[in-house]
Amino acid sequence: MSFTPNIQAFCCHYTSQQTLAEGPEGLLADGFPKSVTIHRVACTGKLEVSTLLKAFEDGADGVYVAGCPLDKCHNLMGSQRAAKRVAAIKKALTELGVEPERIEMYHLERGFHPAFVKAAQEMDERITTLGPSPFQGGAK
Amino acid sequence: MIIAERKPINEIMDMVKDAKRILVLGCRGCVTICSAGGEREVEILASLIRLGKQKAGQEVSTIEATLVRQCDKEYIDSIDQWDGQYDAIISMACGVGVNFIANLRPMAKVYPGVNTSSFGGSAEQGVWSEQCAGCGNCILHLTGGLCPVARCAKSLMNGPCGGSVGGRCEIHKDVPCIWQSIHDKLVRIDNAEGLAAIAPIRDWSTAGHGGPRKIARNDLTV
Repeated sequence: MSFTPNIQAFCCHYTSQQTLAEGPEGLLADGFPKSVTIHRVACTGKLEVSTLLKAFEDGADGVYVAGCPLDKCHNLMGSQRAAKRVAAIKKALTELGVEPERIEMYHLERGFHPAFVKAAQEMDERITTLGPSPFQGGAK
Repeated sequence: MIIAERKPINEIMDMVKDAKRILVLGCRGCVTICSAGGEREVEILASLIRLGKQKAGQEVSTIEATLVRQCDKEYIDSIDQWDGQYDAIISMACGVGVNFIANLRPMAKVYPGVNTSSFGGSAEQGVWSEQCAGCGNCILHLTGGLCPVARCAKSLMNGPCGGSVGGRCEIHKDVPCIWQSIHDKLVRIDNAEGLAAIAPIRDWSTAGHGGPRKIARNDLTV
C-alpha cells in the first residue's frame, strides 16, 4: 500500500530564505518533496517542545527543524537550543516506544543552497521507510 | 528550592494506563524554577500522555493546570473546580504536593510526575546541585557556611576522610571534597582554629530518624 508521509518542517527565517525566493513551485522544481510542509519561524531557538509535539498530535509522521549552523546562528545560540529540544523529544519518543528518527535537527547554511532540499528529501525517504506514525489510528 | 526532574514518560504512562481523563497539575513553586513541573512542563507532559494514549489506541482527555503551590490546603482546594472531570491526577509538584493532595482528597487517585531529588540551587543554567539535607540541626556556623551533611558523600562531621585527593571526593572527580572547601574557607576568613575541635557523635533524630518531623508554632497556630 502506498504511503505519502505527512512531514512538518520548522525552519528559521535564515535557512528558509530559499523558499521566499523560489516560492513553492520553484522548490518543487528543485526536487523538494510534496510531503513536507514548511513552517517558517523567526528563530528555531523560539520553538517550544510542545509545538513540535503538537505537530505529532496533529498527525505528522515526521517532524524536523532546520536552523543555522551550530556555531553561526544569527541569534547566537538559537539553533543550539533547538537542537537540545529536538534531542529531548527523541528521548521522549524512545520512552514511548516510538522511533526517535521521526524527529530530526538540521543545521543548514543560510541562503540558496541544495542542502535545504536535500534535508527534506532525506526526511521524506526516512519517514516513508518508517511508515505511518504510531500515534495515528488511536483515539483522539 | 526543592529540586526535581520529570519521571520517564513510560513510567507515567503505566501509572495512568486505566485513566481516560487526566488532570496534569503543575506547581508554580520550586519545580517551576527547576523546570520540572511548571506550566511549560505541564503542557509537554500532557501532550506526551495524549501521544502515548494515541499510540495505545486509547481514549484520553487531559486538563492542564498549574497551582500557585501544592503545599498549602488553600491552593489544593482549588482543584475542586475539576471535580468529576478526571479519573487521575498527575502532580508535577515535589513529593510534598502529591502527599498534600492524597491527604486532602482521600478519594483522588494521585500519582507523581516527577522524582523529587534534593534541596539545592541552580549552579548554572540547566544544572542544579544539592546544598542542604534538611537535617533539622544546622551546623553551618561551624563550617564556613558549607554543609558537610548534604555535600560530603559520608556526611562526616570530622572530615575530610582518606578519600579526599587534590580537593576532590573519591566518589567522582567532579565532586569537590566539601571538607577541603570548609578548611579553605575557614582559613580564608581566619577562623580555622575551630577545625581542631572534635565534633561529638551527632544526634540524627532531627533528620527524620526519629520519625516524620513536624514544626508547630504556637504564635502562629489558631
